Order: sequence, then structure tokens, then C-alpha cells
Amino acid sequence: MLLKYIFKRILVMIPTLFVTSVLIFTVINLPEGDYFETMVAEMQAQGEKADMSRVEFLKKEYGFDKPPAERYLWWVTGLLRGDMGYSFEYQLPVRDVVGDRLLLTMIVSFFTIIFTWIVAFPIGIYSATHQYSWGDYGLTFIGMLGLAIPHFLLALIFLYFANIWFGTSIGGLVDPQYLNQPMSWAKFKSVLEHLWIPVIIIGAGGTAGMIRKLRANLLDELQKQYYVTARAKGLPPGKALRKYPLRMALNFFISDIGDILPSIVSGAEIVAIVLSLQTTGPLLIRALQSQDMYLAGSFLMFLSFLTVIGVLISDIALAILDPRIRLQGTATK
Amino acid sequence: MNILEINDLRIGFTIHGFARDVVKGVDFRIPAGKTVALVGESGSGKSVISQAIMGLLPRAGAVTGGSILFRDPQTADAVTDIATLPAEGKEIRDLRGGRIGMIFQEPMSSLSPVHTIGNQIEEALQLHRPMPKPQARELIEAMLKRVGFKDPTRAYDFYAFELSGGLRQRAMLAMALICQPALLIADEPTTALDVTIQAQVLDLMRDLQAEMGMAILLITHDLGVVANMADEVVVIYHGEIMESGPAEDIFRRPQHPYLKALLKASPHFDMQEGERLVALREARPRAPAAPRPPPQRRDQRAPLLAVRNVHKTYTTHSSRFFGKGTTSTVTAVNDVSFDIERGECLGLVGESGCGKTTLSKLIMRALTPDSGEIRFDDGKDCVDLLSLQGEALRRFRPKLQMIFQDPVSSLSPRMTVMNLLREPLVIHERGDGTEQKARVKALMDDVGLDQRFLSRYPHSFSGGQRQRIGIARALALDPELIICDEPVSALDVSVQAQILNLLKDLQAERGLTFLFISHNLAVVNYMADRIAVMANGRIVELAPRHTLFTAPVHPYTKALLKSVPFADLDRKLDFKLAAPGGASDTRHWPASFKPDAQGEPLAHLDLGAGHLVLAKPGADVRELA
Repeated sequence: MLLKYIFKRILVMIPTLFVTSVLIFTVINLPEGDYFETMVAEMQAQGEKADMSRVEFLKKEYGFDKPPAERYLWWVTGLLRGDMGYSFEYQLPVRDVVGDRLLLTMIVSFFTIIFTWIVAFPIGIYSATHQYSWGDYGLTFIGMLGLAIPHFLLALIFLYFANIWFGTSIGGLVDPQYLNQPMSWAKFKSVLEHLWIPVIIIGAGGTAGMIRKLRANLLDELQKQYYVTARAKGLPPGKALRKYPLRMALNFFISDIGDILPSIVSGAEIVAIVLSLQTTGPLLIRALQSQDMYLAGSFLMFLSFLTVIGVLISDIALAILDPRIRLQGTATK
Repeated sequence: MNILEINDLRIGFTIHGFARDVVKGVDFRIPAGKTVALVGESGSGKSVISQAIMGLLPRAGAVTGGSILFRDPQTADAVTDIATLPAEGKEIRDLRGGRIGMIFQEPMSSLSPVHTIGNQIEEALQLHRPMPKPQARELIEAMLKRVGFKDPTRAYDFYAFELSGGLRQRAMLAMALICQPALLIADEPTTALDVTIQAQVLDLMRDLQAEMGMAILLITHDLGVVANMADEVVVIYHGEIMESGPAEDIFRRPQHPYLKALLKASPHFDMQEGERLVALREARPRAPAAPRPPPQRRDQRAPLLAVRNVHKTYTTHSSRFFGKGTTSTVTAVNDVSFDIERGECLGLVGESGCGKTTLSKLIMRALTPDSGEIRFDDGKDCVDLLSLQGEALRRFRPKLQMIFQDPVSSLSPRMTVMNLLREPLVIHERGDGTEQKARVKALMDDVGLDQRFLSRYPHSFSGGQRQRIGIARALALDPELIICDEPVSALDVSVQAQILNLLKDLQAERGLTFLFISHNLAVVNYMADRIAVMANGRIVELAPRHTLFTAPVHPYTKALLKSVPFADLDRKLDFKLAAPGGASDTRHWPASFKPDAQGEPLAHLDLGAGHLVLAKPGADVRELA
């Protein structure tokens, strides 16, 4: 029965992804020109002479002489076969360009999310149960600082002090000598050494947001009559809090899973550029700037796919956790 | 022996730095095994006292003086002063749930929606009387059976939203009583329930009290409930006790003017024709509203509204989410026909879920009936309401207006009173700006509100004042018919009297016609000329007010009337009369009234003088009555 539900949901995903793909294709193709024209213009601006015959050849090779609708079809059918296309900029298949960076991105994002949860949960619960206390105000203030200071600025400050105090090399996720080396214990240690900076910086904004959301949700739930009932039974406050309001406040948290999946993969673009992290974020930005159609488009499609999957997972989790969703029928007028 | 003694209790609240006393030196006691009723309006401090007894005062509140002495009959010599216990300490937590149980007004919101009933009851049990799980389960199932669950083994795994209101309150009772407390605090336990269910729950409370010997502190504003339940009564007003003593003294010889006024302010069945309710605090005096110019009428005899054979069904997808979707059809309104004469007030009563609100929505054209006819005849032309579309419907709307139940959520918090009252005039393009403003000011006078309030927002008004704004808004377009959907059920007794009087005055002065929907029979009795009783989507009885109350024929009407608690010690409720499934459970109706699939369909029999009753065509209902 669960399978039937999942099957139905997957069917619904198909039109969603179709519309997304049309949107992505249209938006990327909206600006004048294409990758090759941008490239020629750039080369001419730098005083170089472009090999126009080669450009013409490439254009023909990748179907840029054909109408957009045809190119769209070619791209989408490729995607269906698992072929994400070819990146002009890197002169590599998109899969290879993205693949290298995906692992690092996932490591950074994974730790960021864990960091966000570990920090945000206790603080959110504390500020909700101690509303308008000095602790609440103080923690809220720090959280707001994290939200308000631009990430790139925070990144520069962290880099500077990490270098002065701990001697961590500037930028990147590993010390320069480990670049392009296979993973080893020493390299892994080096990654860990560098990891905490992006994790804290990228996590700062998310943590503040999550603290506020958790606090607001929990404050709502703490007003509810069933929490009074629980305390009227004689439950100790901590236990009553965990079993009832916190459980209810978790619903928003589960529905957030849908947003987490794509953000794990996309990485925080701006921070990644400032810290020169070899993650996917800068890659996507550069591809969009240079109209590297297949790299940008396929990667965005990948993100949309993860979003849809994430939403599906959180819906299923909600249904399993909340009997109201599971058991209640819906009425029609 | 007294279980609880409250001496000179003072409770203060600090809000925005201002300290304010809400309970000002209260003394009363609760004898073992007896029921003490704490009576007062909202804001009188009665709930705050119960919170103080449980040690559950909100953070802004604190006991500032006096004592709450609890003497547990199990350890008779030890006396605990609850007022001095630390707020979340072990001692007070052992008392809560263990020795003092509590149930609340809203059984839905008092139970967690994501835990099963059994889980929540077991939690209370294990906290105070730890025992192995199988034994606990056995005890809980016995308790669930005791409070009236037919299949306790299944009930254990139910969630609160799968139960009806009455069963939820029974589950709450099971939870509060599972540890056999010495004192049960019941804070408005039946206010949210229908009269027949109220009678059952009250009956259950009395039976359990007799069995377990606990004392009950019953907090309520309903003097009818008090007269039927209480051994002693404490009347509280603005944090001070006005009068207290045995129920006998309180009801037969009320001393304090407040109590006398309270008794006079609640509508009851023995009111004389034309007798007015006396509001507790007289509202601002208001000049009579200007009568409307009588429209030229073609035919004075035609009823204003004629409803004929209206049906409405809802389709429910009761899929169990992962399961196969099963579609079930519920008939909310089933073959309903009635007339509303010009200038009369037709009362519509019935328990929750009987279809009365759906019916009002059908008349308002907020829902579309499956079949049937609704004709509206304002004397000039006769329109078929259901055929109106687009512009014609928009032009018709001013003739039919509505007053809603909840004065809080029916007024937009982001609009001033001026904007709220002007909005209907703007929508229907009545006059220019100056004329509209003049009209709004006149409306404020009509409903007895100060014109200076016009620039305020709804939140700065009391419940009664807000309902006045709602009435003014309904009057703005000079409607022919006003549908009042439970207009006073969210209000206190004293305010209720003011609003009912206002509606009556407006009706007399402006020649209005009302469809008055309520579940409170006493209120309908006060307002209506004729009364229609609805059960399971059908009108089962329709009669002039006096006939319905003195000579009811249908078993449903009879059951409803018998379930209303009187504020009179000589007419106590016969609790055992109420049928287990509520009055609308057709299985308990005599055969002549019972709908059955094979037999002839039920029809409305005319008993003369406008008295109709739904029964089998051949039945001699006179005899049954």
C-alpha cells in the first residue's frame, strides 16, 4: 500500500520535471547568443584570433544551427538516457566535470547540516522555553549576527585568522601538496583541518534561521492545551516537552528535508568562490555566465530532480510519523 | 473532612511590568467526596484558581498570598500547602495526576493528536503507580470500559481525532481518574458538548464519584449544570467571592445582588410571554432604530423564504492514506422544506452535525444543493434563489445577511470598525463617501456602540461589543432576512442577555426576519416564534414555540428537552434518559418514527396549528405523544 502511494507520487513527478526542464532550457537560452559567440567575443577582446572554422564545426556538431525546440528534444532525450551532455568550457562530458566535485561538495554540506542541527536544536529549545530571558535575547542576537553578516565577509575574516592562529593554508579544502593526490590518511586529516571554516560559515545563516523557526514553532506548541494536560498528569517538564510539543514542532523539520537534498549538492556558491572550494557551486555559476548550456542545464535538472525526491521523502516520513496525515480522510465539497 | 482548604488566596499577574491582582483574597473549601461548583463569568479568575491548585499558573502569574491546603485522605494527618511548593518540584508533580486529576473544556485540544489514547493514559498511570506493562494495559482497558468505551481493547489504540467529542471527554476522564485521585478538577467539562452528550458525561462523573469517592471541583458558568451537580456553590466575580454555601441556600435564597442578577440573565423555559431578560450590566442606552419604509407589496401573504425538498450530500474520501481510497457519501441535508414568514423569527435547533449549518450555507448560496428549490419573495418579486447567477446573484445578496458565531474570527483584525462596516456599502456601491460614513455612524447608534469607536480595531473590543459590530455589519445593507448562526454561544451569560435583547429590539423596530440557529434550547425559546428541530439532516418536528416546548411529539425533541439542565433544584435532570448514542441515534426511537429501508418513507404529519412531525404516514402519533 505504501508502494502504491509512492508509485502515484512518482507519476506526479514526471510532469513536474518536464515543466522544470522547459523552464531551465528557456531561461538559459534567453540571453542573446550562445557559448561560442561569448567565447569568440572574449577572445577578440583579448586580442586573440578565433579559429572561426573550428567554431562553425563545433556549432554544427552540437546542433546550434538547429531550432531551439529540436535542441531541447536532443538534450532531454539525452538526459533520459543518462547522458548529461558535453561541457564546452571544460571540454569534458558534464558527468566527469561534476562528478569530481560532487564528493567534496557532499562532505562539506553533510557536515554543515550536522553542525546546523547540533547548534540550532538546543538553542531553539532553550530560547522557546526561556522566552524573553537574557539567554533568549543573547542567543537570538548571536544568531541574527550570523544571519545578517554577508557570508563572503565572514569567510574572509575566518580565513585570515585561521591562517594567523593555526597556520591553515589560504583557500581550498586541502593543503596544496595534496591536490590531485589519491585519498590518504594525511589528505583526509588535511581536509578535516580545512573543513570547519566553510562548515561554520555556511552553517551560520542556516543555524540562525533554524533557531528562529524552531523557537516559533515550539512557542506555538507550548501554548497548546495538550501540553498543559501532560503537565497536569505530573510529567516532569523536560519529559513533557520532549514527548509532546517537541514532537509536534518536528513536523516542519521533516518537511525541510525536501530543501536539504538539493542544497547538499549545490553547495553555497558565493562562499565557495571566496574560499576557492572545489565544490559544485562555483562550477554552476561559471557555467551560467559562459552559457555553457549542457553543463548548466543538466546540473540544474539534477538539482530539481533531487528537490522532487526530497519532497517525496519528507512526505512519506510525515505520513509515517503523523497519524493525522496517515488516517484522516479528506472531504470534498 | 476537607480535602482542600483555600484561605485568603491572592494571585497576581505581571504583564508588561504592571502587576495586577486577579484573585483577591478567596476562601473556600472542598469537603471529601462532595462536588463544589465554582461559578463565574470569563475573566472572573475561576480558571486561575484551578491552575494555582494544580501548580500550573502561567509564567506571568504567581500566588502572592494565602494558602492552598491539601489533605490527602490516604495520609490523613499530613497537610500540604500547595501554594508554597516549588513550581516544578517533585512534591507538586506527585500530586498532579496522582492525587489531583484534571479535565478541560476542549477534549480535542487537550489530548495529543499524535499519540494514542492508551499511550497517554498509560503515561499517567506509570508515572504515579509504576507496574508491568500487561498489568497496566489490563487496568487501562478496565478504566476505558468503565467510562463507556464499548470495545476498550480497540479504543486503546485510537487517536483523539478518531473519536467524537463525547468519547474524547470520556477518554480525558479515564486519564484523569486512572490513578484514583482524591480530587478531580473539571474546568468547563461539558461546555463544548451537545446537551444530550453533556447529560451523559455529567452522569458519568457522578457515578464515578460515587464509586471512587473523590471530591470534584466543577468550574462552570452554566447554572443549570451547577443545580444538577453541586453540593456546594461558590460564586466568584472579578476575583472576589460574592456568595458561597450549600446549593440549597444558593438557589433558594440567593443573597447577593450579583447572583440574583446572574439567575435573571440566563434565559429559561418558564419565561412569560414578552418577558425580557435582564442583562447583568445594562448596555449603553440606545435610541430605537428608524423603522424602514414599508415597500410596496404585491402580496403580503406569501412567505419571505420558501425552502422545498432541499438535498445536500457530501462525498468523503476516507482513504487511510496508504490504503485504498474508499468513498462514502454523507447526507447532510435530506429533503428539508419549510417557510419563513415575513417578520417572524424561525428557530432552528439540533445537535452538532445535524446539518443546520449546511442548511444555512445553502440558503446563503455558499453551497449549492444537489436538488430542491429555495424561493425568496420580498413582496415585489419572487426569485428562485438557486437559479441566480453572476450579477443577478450579486444584486440579490444584500437582501440576505448573516451574523456569525465567533465574534473574534468573523471580523478582520486588520480593518478598523469604520472600514468593516463600510465594506458592504462599498461592495454594493451604496451612496458616495459621505453618505456611507453617515450610514455607518447611524449603524453604530443602532447597535448601541459609541461613534468614537469607529477608528479602532476589533481587538480593542470585548466579545459582546464585537458581536455588536457583527450585527451592525449584517444590518448595513438593510437586509430582509438575517441568518443568525449561534450568535451568542461564544458569549458569557450576562453579555448573551444584552445581545439577545438587542436582536429582539432591532427585529421589532425594523421589521426584520430572522432564521435563528442554535443548539441552546433556552435561547431559541426566548427568541423564536416557531421552531424547527433538525436531526440527521431532516427536520423532525416543526411547531410554534409554545407547542414545541409544552407538547413535543417526536422522540428526538423530547430527548433534547429532557437533557437541558435547569437552574432549579426541584427539576433535576433524569440522567438515565439519554440514549447511549445521543438523542439522534435512531435505534432508540419508537418504530413509528424510525426510518427503515423497506417500509414506506417517512412523511411530515400535520397535527394542526402548524405543528408538523416526521413519522410513518399511517402512524397515530397523537397516541404516541
